[in-house]
Amino acid sequence: MDEQRRVRTERLRWHSRRALLENDLVLQRFWQKQTEALDDATAGMLERLLEMEDHDLWELLSGRQDAGDPALQSMVALLRQPAG
Amino acid sequence: MNVTVRKFDAVIVGAGGAGLRAAIQLSEAGLKTAVLTKVFPTRSHTVAAQGGVAASLGNSEEDHWHWHMYDTVKGSDWLGDQDAIEFMCRKANECVIELEHYGMPFDRLDNGRIYQRPFGGHMSNFGEKPVRRSCAAADRTGHAMLHAMYQRNVKANTQFFVEWMALDLIRDAEGEVLGVTAMEMETGEIYAFHAKATIFATGGSGRIYYSSTNAFINTGDGVGMAARAGSPLEDMEFWQFHPTGVAGAGVLITEGVRGEGGILRNSQGERFMERYAPNAKDLASRDVVSRAMVTEINEGRGCGPNKDYVLLDITHLPPETIMKRLPGIHEIAVQFAGVDALKEPIPVVPTCHYQMGGIPTNYHGQVVVPGKRTQNEIVPGFYAAGECACASVHGANRLGTNSLLDLLVFGKSAGETAVEELKKTPKAHKELPADAFERTLERLNRLETQKGGANVHETRLAMQRTMQKHAGVFRFNDLLKEGVQKILDVQKDVQQTEIKDKSKVFNTARLEALELDNLIEVAVATMVSAEARKESRGAHVRDDAPDTPERPNGRDDANWLKHTLWYKENNRLEYKSVTLRPLTVETIALKKRAY
Repeated sequence: MDEQRRVRTERLRWHSRRALLENDLVLQRFWQKQTEALDDATAGMLERLLEMEDHDLWELLSGRQDAGDPALQSMVALLRQPAG
Repeated sequence: MNVTVRKFDAVIVGAGGAGLRAAIQLSEAGLKTAVLTKVFPTRSHTVAAQGGVAASLGNSEEDHWHWHMYDTVKGSDWLGDQDAIEFMCRKANECVIELEHYGMPFDRLDNGRIYQRPFGGHMSNFGEKPVRRSCAAADRTGHAMLHAMYQRNVKANTQFFVEWMALDLIRDAEGEVLGVTAMEMETGEIYAFHAKATIFATGGSGRIYYSSTNAFINTGDGVGMAARAGSPLEDMEFWQFHPTGVAGAGVLITEGVRGEGGILRNSQGERFMERYAPNAKDLASRDVVSRAMVTEINEGRGCGPNKDYVLLDITHLPPETIMKRLPGIHEIAVQFAGVDALKEPIPVVPTCHYQMGGIPTNYHGQVVVPGKRTQNEIVPGFYAAGECACASVHGANRLGTNSLLDLLVFGKSAGETAVEELKKTPKAHKELPADAFERTLERLNRLETQKGGANVHETRLAMQRTMQKHAGVFRFNDLLKEGVQKILDVQKDVQQTEIKDKSKVFNTARLEALELDNLIEVAVATMVSAEARKESRGAHVRDDAPDTPERPNGRDDANWLKHTLWYKENNRLEYKSVTLRPLTVETIALKKRAY
């Protein structure tokens, strides 16, 4: 189970390599704070976001659009938290 | 370590615009084609290209490929090869129409033709007045292009290997290229892709700089692999910069911010552009603003703990103007500089954007190296296209919208040439040499067993800071000389990086260490080539090469109208002449580059 979670986390870490620098930077900030494997709920939300096209993802991460789903939007809000 | 060999007619490394375009050509010719890519094809950095693709379709007003050629030669500051430039500009219309047939949703005129808009440097009638030449799909041209070409590839049965990282080129004793080694990220297993044609389309290497607009994937993998396999790299001193990227992040702040009244300030709060450009001030041209910023930083008037950026101040503008006219800037400043731009200035620095140099090719997309008979002898089985390649159409400076054109034209050309060559050669694969995997296995083994080595993140940062300070947008002789020594020191650390995590599955730490092996080749090539070129030309601007009547803008044609070739072995430099003779028209004669 732990190994499954670890692999899922590592896969998502790589999937956070994006076509647009803006998305790379926001996701990098998230991963720098993340020292342990993601729980299933967080991993699931992140998977949904990372499946999006990069321009659409940046619309959410830059706050220009709402994800339309409260759970997903709370993940966006977590990612949007500035460093510090 | 076990290496599984897979055979293909062709292997393409990279699934951005150039790789996808080359793959269409090969797969539609019925050849068994593999495309290796670190990320899903539509996550390639081509997505970031917004401006459009240049083609003299003449849909809105008269235009001609010869005018486009003139603009490109002039933009290149005469360092571009005029045969390749003529080839590209003549092929532009055909490539854009093909893309339209693949389903690319170009913006259209009322009459149904492709809409075209003007773009900097593109003129009619040999530099007379701006012309509408750029074909776009809203502000998502690169993205739409990738989707159209990916679908076409799926239909043509191209085999995609997604989340695979190519590691090294396989060459035999005769120098022929026989494929690549690669790692499957999901398992960490090593494979060899044994192929009759190997095409590199790995994009740019902008991550060598501390401040870069490039996405994290742009680590110069193809360029690094080529260098390790003994190929020279051409014109690596030429990098295009943008004056205002957010310091430490690289995200662009549009020039519109200065247009709306934004002011650049140094650590003393001084509006320093008044000294450099008393009339235009902050609205001076890109190169003037970039040089002024670098001069302020170099003279100790930079801001922050490292005094390595200046400030872009919009706090005097009414908040409603900022929110209305500059939407997005407030968010970018919050997200990437951690400042509220309504109340505090934004840290900015000239930021690397595009690599003009790369793996030397001819306009057929074949990799070429100086040989006994000519300066452009073909490396059998090896092709390159797009930003990783140097055809050379951009010379010392690229025109906007010519990058998407470059990847379409030369992606297609490389694919077409490979198809022709494969028809000529016998069907069987040439045998792999006994040491085919040696370089890769040595690298992996070294990384696996390294003790007490250098930290990957810190070493990469040291490289990026060295490049930014010593080979940035404005260059100084003493800084370049020091920079060569410093980057060679960083290279020693790269040769002994250590990773703690030795797991197999999606081991990002290992991948980043392997990427750094590629980046450092690009960084060293850039620094050594830049130090040696004692003139200013296009994007390579030196403080000690002043503008005189004999040397317009510091350009020294008598001594430096030539391409640089850097070799990894002993950091040797050679030079080769620029092809000034086009294919069918007269040479576009040298003159001062002025707009």
